[in-house]
Amino acid sequence: MSNKMHVKLNVNGEDHEFLAEPRELLIYALREKLNLTGPHVGCETSHCGACTVTMNGKSVKSCTVFVAQADGAEITTIEGLGSPGALHVLQEAFKEHHGLQCGFCTPGMITRAAKLLEENPNPTEAEVRFGIAGNICRCTGYQNIVKSILAAATELNAAKEAAQ
Amino acid sequence: MKDDITREERVAGLKGMGCSRKRVEDARFTQGKGNYVDDIKLPGMLHGDFVRSPYAHARIKSINIDAAMALPGVVAVLTAKDLEPLGLHWMPTLAGDKQMVLADGKVLFQGQEVAFVVASDRYVAADAVELVEVDYEELEVLVDPFKSLQSDVVLREDLVAEDGSIPNGAHGPRKHPNHIFTWEVGEEEATNQVIDNAEVVATEEMYYHRTHPCPLETCGSVASMDKVNGKLTLWGTFQAPHVVRTVASILSGIEEHNIRVVSPDIGGGFGNKVGVYPGYVCSIVASIVTGVPVKWVEDRMENLMSTAFARDYWMKGKISATKEGKITGLHCHVTADHGAFDACADPTKFPAGFMNICTGSYDIPVAYLGVDGVYTNKAPGGVSYRCSFRVTEAVYFIERMIEVLAIELNMDPAKLRSINFIKKEQFPYTAALGWEYDSGDYQTAWDKALAAVDYTGLRAEQAQRVEDFKAGKTRKVMGIGLSFFTEIVGAGPVKNCDILGMGMFDSCEIRIHPTGSAVARLGTISQGQGHATTFAQILATEIGLPADSITIEEGDTDTAPYGLGTYGSRSTPVAGAATAMAGRKIRAKAQMIAAYLLEVHDDDVEFDVDRFVVKGAPERFKTMKDIAYAAYHQAIPGLEPGLEAVSYYDPPNMTYPFGAYVCVMDIDVDTGVPEIRRFYALDDCGTRINPMVIEGQIHGGLTEALAVALGQEIAYDDMGNVKTGTLMDFFLPTAWEVPNYETDFTVTPSPHHPIGAKGVGESPHVGGVPCFSNAVQDAFRPFGNRHTNMPHDHWRIWQTANSLGMHG
Ligand code: FES
Ligand code: FES
Repeated sequence: MSNKMHVKLNVNGEDHEFLAEPRELLIYALREKLNLTGPHVGCETSHCGACTVTMNGKSVKSCTVFVAQADGAEITTIEGLGSPGALHVLQEAFKEHHGLQCGFCTPGMITRAAKLLEENPNPTEAEVRFGIAGNICRCTGYQNIVKSILAAATELNAAKEAAQ
Repeated sequence: MKDDITREERVAGLKGMGCSRKRVEDARFTQGKGNYVDDIKLPGMLHGDFVRSPYAHARIKSINIDAAMALPGVVAVLTAKDLEPLGLHWMPTLAGDKQMVLADGKVLFQGQEVAFVVASDRYVAADAVELVEVDYEELEVLVDPFKSLQSDVVLREDLVAEDGSIPNGAHGPRKHPNHIFTWEVGEEEATNQVIDNAEVVATEEMYYHRTHPCPLETCGSVASMDKVNGKLTLWGTFQAPHVVRTVASILSGIEEHNIRVVSPDIGGGFGNKVGVYPGYVCSIVASIVTGVPVKWVEDRMENLMSTAFARDYWMKGKISATKEGKITGLHCHVTADHGAFDACADPTKFPAGFMNICTGSYDIPVAYLGVDGVYTNKAPGGVSYRCSFRVTEAVYFIERMIEVLAIELNMDPAKLRSINFIKKEQFPYTAALGWEYDSGDYQTAWDKALAAVDYTGLRAEQAQRVEDFKAGKTRKVMGIGLSFFTEIVGAGPVKNCDILGMGMFDSCEIRIHPTGSAVARLGTISQGQGHATTFAQILATEIGLPADSITIEEGDTDTAPYGLGTYGSRSTPVAGAATAMAGRKIRAKAQMIAAYLLEVHDDDVEFDVDRFVVKGAPERFKTMKDIAYAAYHQAIPGLEPGLEAVSYYDPPNMTYPFGAYVCVMDIDVDTGVPEIRRFYALDDCGTRINPMVIEGQIHGGLTEALAVALGQEIAYDDMGNVKTGTLMDFFLPTAWEVPNYETDFTVTPSPHHPIGAKGVGESPHVGGVPCFSNAVQDAFRPFGNRHTNMPHDHWRIWQTANSLGMHG
């Protein structure tokens, strides 16, 4: 196919430019072109959330976004959330509360949870459950994921208070 | 020498068995640095994709690949004709049958692999799939196993002789061209006699619907044939990498030492990744043909339609008892729908897995089980979805039969269970269908569970609710779901358990490094269970080095010792035992080294947490770290240098974890929506290695049980079309639908396992399905319900209410 488009993305703070077919999916570009294999593919139909990234301040399922639609966008993937020496509070909380097993849903889940806590820093348990209902986990039964997110919320709030 | 820390601190520092050690896997997974099969990228790698059959049963008149081959980027299109010269157009299944790799003249289920396109990237491959023209002639479709057994339509012409006779199958005589096997256990005549003369008999027919393990990661492989060195490397979603290597060697003719199979991180398995699939074979062939690496990763629809279904058992039961409720006999017959090829993943001698654990947790004097396997136009598979070889079916069967018998006796089902439990003093207990249960204390667990939920109070509340409903005060009914299960896991003794002839032992190899850290390699492979964390804990306790200093490796056949893999909750019972035994070999040598260093006799030192001490003189000791150093740094008379051990463990018996579950549910009869108010789960998995991990396994298993009981199914229409091929129709519960679970435990160690552990990963699924189902059924019991089939989705629950006249 020759009708390639010129696409610009800012991913995790870095600018990227590449050619892509209009039909190419964002998840494909991230994983195959930019080698960001944190976001996963679980369904390609918007159901599982394994491919969740943040695009222009919103959680999106990158398996159902054309990379052409993302042209010019700012994107955060799990790779942009924390670094080995300085994990994101959610990454620590998931480890602490056994919020993951096989780890396949985890990048999407944590990316979604980070956005959720930005949108709602003091969620109730029900709000957490509703807020991550677009992300499926087959291993954990969610109980410890919910626990991890609530613990992270508490910690983030305490840090905020301490800073004030 | 003197120590500045206490013995308790030394124990805690090891992070050994019994503590909730945090998982070492999590650092990479939480940072998106897992390495799953689709993350593997090799230079020049091509991508494979399948042309699949839209029909459930059709003859293939022709396949035209010209247009596909003409598409730029397409490198090859393989059909059965290309595989035939290599003898790879068919492959053996784990169940003694064979299966088409690519359609050979006909297709037998919707989604069957017809041709394999190899192209430069996924998009091109998908385009090329569209361009392959296949001319089909439709044939009559059989999706009902009972009709299949009566039909003149022969599904598997390859299994009928030229004179029309029906040769024996892998499991003996076959009665009909579409019949696979009859498997019988127990005494039918004696059982019938008891039942015919019994005071009370309950009979029931139940269908355990077809479903699918559906891990979040689908199946896939990357094959790389290095023609220069004659070496094949195969990465893939394999729950049993060593078995895959052996099968790959047998199929391809490449010698086994020239094949390296690697299971990288696996995104959940639950049985889906036990089987050997055409995609694996095609990626290998394509790499051999093209000389470059070839990746194949199925999409979700392909996963649900073609790899590894579970269940699909039509079960017919008869259970007899005295008027007082003492069970006297049990008869079970199963018609098992195996789909188009018998690809069930069971130990060879068990064509219906361990279905003969269907006497459950009860002391039943005489029993019979008969299973007939049948071919239909559905996908092959028959894997153990988060269970040990059909144990989920068995436990569902007996836990429903108990409920039905309770109705027949007009007795409380909790009491009926108590009357019939195998008693603590009866263990080891030999069941009527042959298994020897290792240990158990059922009554204690049951009493604890019933007390925890205030069972009497719940029944009173339920009675009041029935009154209120009848008086028009509420539209919600209340169900109390009970289940008591005994699992049979840890396959298994080599004398009766094998897969493709390979005994189901498992293995562990340990190397202690000079500075007192270690690497241990096992024949299993984690799919989220956290082996790297928990097996290090077993070793820490056994050899006295901190778990944090022990690396666990699995899944690479070039480095790990041969093992049969991870499924059927066998990792802890078998590989866990091998780990402990290998650790003990290390300790035995360490003892000799310590004695030499301390200048005493071997028998004069004893192991204490992390060291050997001189008996009666605790100030004289050598730590395991000292000993490791000495093993490599000084000559010790009579001993080889180094500190390594390997153990292959052949378990003397299976292990029998058990548990008591209670679910409380409120159901809106007008919408059919069930609300789970409470779920209490007591598990006894013997010795507990890591309580945090155990609890996580229980949450996950219960959620998969909820899914199966309340909606998850692979459904077909009469034409053999899969109606539930995407996550839109195939139910996977979200956080919104799932309750919080209360977990509890008792500890009854396995007497024959080196550390007394029994395995736990599958228990919650096995015990959970009947518990959720019983809760739904119990809610309608006061209104005349006896049995309704799963899955209890909203529509079916509404129908139940409607059929009982509850809608006015
Ligand atoms: S892969 Fe995008 S939602 Fe499942
Ligand atoms: S941890 Fe396996 S899917 Fe969530």
